Amino acid sequence: MEVTVTINGDSHTHDVEPRTLLVHYIRDVVGLTGTNIGCDTSSCGACTIHVNGESVKSCTMLAVQADGQDLLTIEGLADGDVLHPMQESFRQCHALQCGYCTPGMVMAAVSLLDENPDPTEREVRIGLEGNLCRCTGYHNIVKAVLHCAEASS
Amino acid sequence: MIPAAFDYIRAGSAEEALAALAEHGDEAKLLAGGHSLLPLMKLRLATPAVLVDIGRLDDLSYINDAGDHLAIGALTRHRDVETSELVQSQAGLLAEATSHVGDPQVRHRGTIGGSIAHGDPASDLPSVMLAMRATLVARGPSGEREISIDDFFTGFLETALGDDELLTEIRVPKMPDATWGFQKFNRRAQDWAIVGVSAIVDNGSAGVGLVNMDSIPIRAAGVEAALAGGAGASDAAEAAAEGTNPPSDLNAGPEYREHLARVLTRRALEAAGR
Repeated sequence: MEVTVTINGDSHTHDVEPRTLLVHYIRDVVGLTGTNIGCDTSSCGACTIHVNGESVKSCTMLAVQADGQDLLTIEGLADGDVLHPMQESFRQCHALQCGYCTPGMVMAAVSLLDENPDPTEREVRIGLEGNLCRCTGYHNIVKAVLHCAEASS
Repeated sequence: MIPAAFDYIRAGSAEEALAALAEHGDEAKLLAGGHSLLPLMKLRLATPAVLVDIGRLDDLSYINDAGDHLAIGALTRHRDVETSELVQSQAGLLAEATSHVGDPQVRHRGTIGGSIAHGDPASDLPSVMLAMRATLVARGPSGEREISIDDFFTGFLETALGDDELLTEIRVPKMPDATWGFQKFNRRAQDWAIVGVSAIVDNGSAGVGLVNMDSIPIRAAGVEAALAGGAGASDAAEAAAEGTNPPSDLNAGPEYREHLARVLTRRALEAAGR
């Protein structure tokens, strides 16, 4: 089935099998490998992207469901060489260790602040409950999100 | 993990979805947000030959004040229920429980109708529907019919919906002055409830629904009867596991679930002011 999606501002059209998962389409067909696959069971959040501006786990969506939708992946967040404020906050607060969860964590955090620009620490922790960091680096991740919220206000 | 192959039909209207169901019968499954069905398909626990995608039926995504009840379109996403001022003010228990479904990403995609029609005894919303005595509206080839929530869950992941029917609306009685409690016990954030309880008291009448205490979502009828007889929270909660048949899994055996049901019911009733 033919699918046309906008990813990071660029339009892509491909013929895909209906059972193709969105994350496989993004990584293997379009070639944007910044979005990671972790648990593949919609638990870990490593594959989080934005669909029409909202965080979604792309391992639990079919590419055909995304037909005509506007997608944003980690590659589309920065403005050229200028990091997105959330990426910059992650860098400043050392909010990554091995880095595997980071693309999904950043995408979830950006969506969280879109919905709640001035969250409490508890709201950040609950808001990121869909993303796992197996380095258990949560402390600095939460710090980075709060730092980003403060810097943006 | 990749689902087994299937034919994909994107419905442009409820009528198109019904026509596809009429043609393909029990070989077809409806796909709404996909957050219950797709995980099962990836594990090959479900292998429908045909998927009918109803995710774009925007006319079934709404929350309306319909006099004595809220009319919620089946395709309304959890996020929209959770943040709706109408739901928060008229059915606070539903708003609260919805905010505990999955995680933010799941709530951006998952729908209230999908969650209820899936009929999973471990999911949160059926317990709310039981406690608030919701009515479901299904559309089929011969028109619309109403189904009481007490008649809806018929077996493990089975409901009263026919193969040719589409759940279109959830009618939740308005209870602006109700007091309520929602309890969800799990070991990790975002997990399914090991046991959960929805309790609501409105005009002196109580409703209590249980999560994960049987093969279908069930009402704590013994607790409701005790409350109607004037029992307080802790006495009424003692009846929480009566007549249940809790599952056994890695997290808990039946005895522990029965214990949890009693403790969580007491907490939910206390939160509801009983």
